Amino acid sequence: MKKKLLVISRRAPYGTSLAREALDVTLAASVYDQDIGMLFMDDGVFQLIKNQNPEEITQKNLSATLSALSLYGVDNIYAHKDSLEDRDLKINELIWDDIKILTSEDVKNLLDQQDHLLSF
Amino acid sequence: MSTLHTINKSPYSNSSLSSCIKVCSTSDAILLLEDGVFGAIKSAPDSVQLQELILLGVRVFAISADIKARGLTEKLMPSVELIDYDSFVQLTIEHRCVQSWY
Repeated sequence: MKKKLLVISRRAPYGTSLAREALDVTLAASVYDQDIGMLFMDDGVFQLIKNQNPEEITQKNLSATLSALSLYGVDNIYAHKDSLEDRDLKINELIWDDIKILTSEDVKNLLDQQDHLLSF
Repeated sequence: MSTLHTINKSPYSNSSLSSCIKVCSTSDAILLLEDGVFGAIKSAPDSVQLQELILLGVRVFAISADIKARGLTEKLMPSVELIDYDSFVQLTIEHRCVQSWY
């Protein structure tokens, strides 16, 4: 049976491997045809900034892999509104301009609908 | 359809508790453990918001051993329920999902 699965990504990219691992899990789960979504919250919204260039710190560009989510059929991608506003991030600075922006109230409802939460 | 939120970081140096409070539904529960138990102190950051959630029906638990270890027994908000690890396991069974705000 298909389960509703939400990956919650709350860490900035590159400082730790958590952002990358959240994305790897999401891509892996999508291959197994799970009903999967991804929520970016707290410092996790920093992953969504355009024009990342991590080559000089010898890391792979996370935003390039994030862009692959739609190819894997992962369309339920959310960002937490307060987290974006606290960090003064505007939609036009993000890699997607059609990302679903959720208020805290929306996030409550989203969590209520899931069978499993994976926290990164 | 409820979630158990677990917090293991001090609210004095980390925003996990604050983030959790923002998205906690009234049918959810919050468990403070490890350094997260500093959030159970009466005067802690976010204590007002935590009390408001409790008034709305959210149950807030803390691991008793972690409270004792840090000498916090006399400093707690009265509505925080102290539990052991067996009860922690029970809570994970009673809730549909667990969100770990580490």
